[in-house]
Amino acid sequence: MLEKKNFEPKIVAFCCNWCSYAGADGAGTARKHYPANIKIIKVPCSCRVNPLFILRAFQRGADGVIMCGCHPGDCHYSTGNYYARRRMTLLLSMLDYLGVAGERFRVEWVSAAEGARFAQVMNDFAEHIAALGENVKLRDLRCKK
Amino acid sequence: MQKIGVFVCWCGSNIAGTVDVAQVVEAVRQIPDVAYAIDYKYMCSEQGQELIRKAVADYKLDRIVVCSCSPRMHEATFRKCAEGVGINPYMVEIANIREQCSWVLKDKAEATAKAIKLAKAAIAKVRFNGALKPGESQVVKRALVIGGGIAGIQTALDIAEAGYKVDIVEKEPTIGGRMAQLDKIFPTLDCSACILTPKMVDAANHENITLYTYSEVESVSGFVGNFDVTIRKKARSVKADMCSGCGICTEKCPSRKTPSEFDMGLKNRGAIYIPFAQAIPKVPVIDREACIKFKTGKCGICSKLCPAGAIDYTQTDELITEKYGAIVLATGFKTISLDKFGEYGYGASKDVITSLELERLTNAAGPTEGHLVCPSTGKEPKKVIIVSCVGSRDVSGRGKSYCSKICCMYNAKHAMYIREKYPDVDVTVFYIDVRTPGKGFDEFQRRAVEEYGVHYVRGQVGKVVVDGDGRLTVFVSDLNSGRKLMLNPDLVVLATAVQPSPDARKLATMLTASIDNDDFYVEAHPKLRPVESPTAGIFLSGMCQGPKDIPETVSQAGAAAVKVVGLLAKDKLLTNPCTAQCDTSICSGCLACTHVCPYGAITGESKPVITKLGVRETRTVAVVNNALCQGCGACTVACPCGAMDLQGFTNQQILAEVDALC
Amino acid sequence: MQKIEKLLQKRAAELLAEGTVERVLAWHAGEFFYDNAPAAVSSADECDKLVYNEFCPANLCKYLIETSHAGKKTAVFLKPCDTYGVNQLLKDNRIKRELVYAIGTPCSGMLDIKKIKAAGAKGIISVSVDGDEVVVNTAYGEKRLAKADVLLNKCLMCKGAAYKIADEELAEPLPVPQFTGDKFAKVKEIEAMSAEERFAFWQSELSKCIRCNACRDICPACSCEQCIFDKPDTPVAGKAYADEVEEQMYHIIRAFHVAGRCTGCGECARVCPQGIHLELLNMKFMKDINSFFGQYQAGADSETPAPQVSFKQNDPEANSAVEGREQHV
Repeated sequence: MLEKKNFEPKIVAFCCNWCSYAGADGAGTARKHYPANIKIIKVPCSCRVNPLFILRAFQRGADGVIMCGCHPGDCHYSTGNYYARRRMTLLLSMLDYLGVAGERFRVEWVSAAEGARFAQVMNDFAEHIAALGENVKLRDLRCKK
Repeated sequence: MQKIGVFVCWCGSNIAGTVDVAQVVEAVRQIPDVAYAIDYKYMCSEQGQELIRKAVADYKLDRIVVCSCSPRMHEATFRKCAEGVGINPYMVEIANIREQCSWVLKDKAEATAKAIKLAKAAIAKVRFNGALKPGESQVVKRALVIGGGIAGIQTALDIAEAGYKVDIVEKEPTIGGRMAQLDKIFPTLDCSACILTPKMVDAANHENITLYTYSEVESVSGFVGNFDVTIRKKARSVKADMCSGCGICTEKCPSRKTPSEFDMGLKNRGAIYIPFAQAIPKVPVIDREACIKFKTGKCGICSKLCPAGAIDYTQTDELITEKYGAIVLATGFKTISLDKFGEYGYGASKDVITSLELERLTNAAGPTEGHLVCPSTGKEPKKVIIVSCVGSRDVSGRGKSYCSKICCMYNAKHAMYIREKYPDVDVTVFYIDVRTPGKGFDEFQRRAVEEYGVHYVRGQVGKVVVDGDGRLTVFVSDLNSGRKLMLNPDLVVLATAVQPSPDARKLATMLTASIDNDDFYVEAHPKLRPVESPTAGIFLSGMCQGPKDIPETVSQAGAAAVKVVGLLAKDKLLTNPCTAQCDTSICSGCLACTHVCPYGAITGESKPVITKLGVRETRTVAVVNNALCQGCGACTVACPCGAMDLQGFTNQQILAEVDALC
Repeated sequence: MQKIEKLLQKRAAELLAEGTVERVLAWHAGEFFYDNAPAAVSSADECDKLVYNEFCPANLCKYLIETSHAGKKTAVFLKPCDTYGVNQLLKDNRIKRELVYAIGTPCSGMLDIKKIKAAGAKGIISVSVDGDEVVVNTAYGEKRLAKADVLLNKCLMCKGAAYKIADEELAEPLPVPQFTGDKFAKVKEIEAMSAEERFAFWQSELSKCIRCNACRDICPACSCEQCIFDKPDTPVAGKAYADEVEEQMYHIIRAFHVAGRCTGCGECARVCPQGIHLELLNMKFMKDINSFFGQYQAGADSETPAPQVSFKQNDPEANSAVEGREQHV
C-alpha cells in the first residue's frame, strides 16, 4: 500500500469495458483497496485509447497514466488489444527517447475475473509513480487556454 | 444552456458509509449547468427512479448523471427510466462511486474527494453526449448448441419444445458426454444411463433438433441474431445413412491396441468403434491413426463384412455453413491430468485410480461388467481408501485453486455403493471438508457413515507408495487426532479435480466470449446473469461455466434455453447505437480504418462530399455499416486526421473526462 | 547530368505534345543555381525551362494529390528515393494509379550548398561534379571537395538505385552513394544518452520550431485531407501556434501518425527552415518498428499493410519498450 508521502500522485487509468473495467469492479466487490488518486475512465476497448488522450492527461497534470485491457487473445472485439499493444509500444519508446519519463505510462492486461490482481496492479503502479515523483516535464509545459 | 440533473445514491450504506453523499451533492450544485442535484438511499428503486422522473419534469432536465454502483449493474435501469420521461436513453452517464470508490477506500475524506471528481468527470462527459438512436437487425430463428452432454441436450430439448430449430454440435462420435460414463448418480442412486438415454433419444428424434456428431465448430463470425458458423463434420469413414448399427465391424476389427476413451483406458477398443452400446447415432467411426487399412493399405475386413456396404474409406471432412440467432456453449469438462501429483502413485500402480475410472469399474456395461476388482490382480479389494480434493482447492499451483463441487457427494456415493455390494470391504474416505449443501445431500452423506459404516476421517493423504510387489502403502495425517497413519489398502480412489474441456479456450476466442484463467466461461453477472456471456447472443450451460452437479446443470440448461427462446422470439433486435461515424467532409479515404476493423464494418466507397472549404467533389471515403459495427473504436485511433469518431465515446467526451479528472 | 537534363526536357515535351499527360512535374531553376524548385508545366513549349542536376533534391510526389483530385493525368520525374513516396500515397488512396505516369530519373546523390559553403568556399559561381569530387568554381578560383563530404544528409542513407514504381526509366541508372554504416547510428547515440541529456537535446531541438508546417507539407506520408492540427475541436493547437508544449505535441503526434508510413526520404529535415533534426525522430520509429515488429520499409510497394494497422499475436509487450531503461524523474 502507498505510504503517505509529500505528494499524492495523480493517476488516470483507461480501462476497457469488458475486461479491466469489470476487473476493477471485481476489486471493489472483493473490497481490495487501492489509492484514491487513481481514477478510471471507461472505454469500450483498449484500442480506443488514442496517444493524444495520454499526452493530454500528462499535460493536465497527471503524474502517471495506465492503460488496462483484456489479455491479448481475449479481446472482446477479438483484435483491439493487439493494435493497442503495438501502438503503445511505440508510444512508450518515443516518450523514453524524448527523455520525458516513459515509465510514467504503463500497459497492463487485467481480465474480468482478476479483481484482486487489478488492485495489485494499481497499488504497484501507484508506488512506482510515487517513487518517480511529480510529473514536471510534461506538466509545466501546460496547454494555454 | 444545458440542464444536467445529478443523482447521488447512498446504496444503503455501501456508498454512504464511506462517501459523504451530501457533500458530493453540494459540490456538484456549484457547477453552473447542473440544474438539480439530490442524494437518495436507493436510486435504482422505484422511489429513486420516481425522484428522477419528477426532477426531469420539474426542472426541465435534458441530461442525467447518476452517481451510484457500476454502470454494469444499473446503466440499463437508469437509461430506461430516462426514456420513460422523454429523455434519450444515451443522455445518461453513470459515475461509479461504489465498486471503484467507496468499496476500495477506507478514509472518508479521500473517498468523498474521489467521488466528487468522478461525478465531475461524468458531468464533463455528459455535456457532449448525443441523442443516439439504435438501429435494427433481424434475428435468425435458429439456435446452435455446442456440446452434446446433458447440458447441451437439455438446453436443446427445451429450445426445441418451445418451437425453435436447434442444432447440436458434438465433437465425439456420440452425444451423452460425461453422464453416459457414470454408473449411479446422487442423491437418488438411479442409473445414469437410464435417465440419460431417453433424453438422448428425444434429442435425436425431435423434429426441431439436428445432431452434428463427430463434428466441431470451425469458425464463427457475425453478431447476436446473425451468427455465421462453419461446422466441420469429420469423416467417420462410414456412411451414416446406410449403416444399420449392427456392430459386426466393431466386433471383427483386428486392431485392438487403442485404449478406449469411454472406458478411461481400462479396456481397449477397435480401430472402428462405437463408443458405447447406447451411442446416438449408433454409427461407428474409424480411428484412422489406429486403422490397419489406413496405415498399411491391408485389411479392410470391416468393409468386406458390412452387410449394408456402409464403409467408405474415401470419405472426407465436410464443411457446413449455417446461420444462427443464438449460440449456447455447453462444452462440459474432463478431469485433470495427474502428472504433477506423483505423490499419489497414479501411474505407478494400476490400483490407484481416479473416481471416473471407478465409475467405469462399477458400471455393469463397463470393462469389468460391474465387478469391482483391483485392476492389477483382477481380485476384489478388501480395503478401499478414497482421497478427496486431489488437485482441487490447490494453492501449490500444480492443480486448480477452486473446489470441484461434485466430489464430496460422489465420494459418499462410491463409498456407499461399495459397502452395499461388498459388505466385507472396508472403505475409508479421507477428507479435508465435506461439502454437501444440496437438497437431501447432507442426509445422503450422513447415511454413508451412519448406515453403511463408511469411515470418514479428516485427514491429509501425504503420499501413496508402491512397493516391489505392487502393494500400496498410504501415509496420511489424521487431522483430528494429530496421529500419522500408515495404511495398506488394495485400491486407492482419487477424487480428481475437474477442468473445462480443452477446446473451451479456442471456442472462447472464436466467439469472443469471456473466459477466466481456469478456462471456465465468464458469466455476465455472477449473481443475476449466470447463463449469459457478456457477449450478446452467447449463452452458457453446464460445467463449462463452473463446477456443478447434474441437478444444477439441468437447471442451468433450462435457464439458458429460456434466454435463447427470449432472443429468438424477437422479430428484430435493437443494435448498439454507440457505433463509429466518419466525417466524410474531412475523410482522406486512406482506409487505414478498414484494416483494423474486426467486423469488416467499414468499406471504402466513392461518395460525393462537400469539403470544409465548401468544394463539392466525389472521392473515396470510409463508410461504416452500423449493423456490423460493434463500437470498439479501433478505427478512431487508426484514423490520423480524426474523421472517425465513436458515438458514445467521442474524442471530445473522453478528453472532457481527462480534463475533469486531472 | 546535363545529358539527363536534356533527356528530361525532351521527354516532358513529348508526353505533353502527344497528350499522354496533361501535366508534368519536374524542377526549374530557382533564384540561384543551387535552389532549384519544383515545377509544374502543362504545355510542351514550357519544357525548356525544366532543369535537372545535383541540386534537385525536392521530392515531387505530394504535388500529385492535387492533380489526382482534378482528374488530370500527370507525369512525374522521380529519383529512386522519391518512388517510395508515390507507393505510400497509392497505399493511402491519395492518388489514383491510372492518373500517374512515373518516370524513373537517375540520381547519384544531391549536394548540400550549406556544406559546400561550410567547407570554406566563398564567392561561389557554379558547382559541378567530376567523379568522386565536386568542383566548386568560385570568384577566387577553383576548389575541389570530396563529393561524399558535401552530399545532403538524406543522401548519405541512400536506399539504392532501384525504382519502386516506374512506368519508364529516363536513362541508365547512375551509381548511387554507397552507404555501408548503420543508418540508425545517430539514433542509438541519443538512446545511449542519459535521460536528462536526452530531454535537454530534444528541448533544444524542438524549441526551434516555428510551426511553419513545412515538414508536414512535404511529407508523402502526411497527406490527410484535413490535418488533425487543423481540426478546430482537437485538443492541440493549430498551425503557427508557437507555444513550447505545442511544438513537442506537434512533433510527437506527427511522428507517431507517420510511424510505419515514413519512407525515410529525408525531406522533412531538409526543408525545415530551423534545421531541426527531424530525421532523428522518424528514424527512431523506423528502428523501433524493425526491432519490435519485424523489418519493414514503407513505400517498397503499395500492398503490404503498414505496421500500425497490423499485428502479430506474439508482438512484444508494450512495457518491454522501457524495461531496463534508466529510472529518472
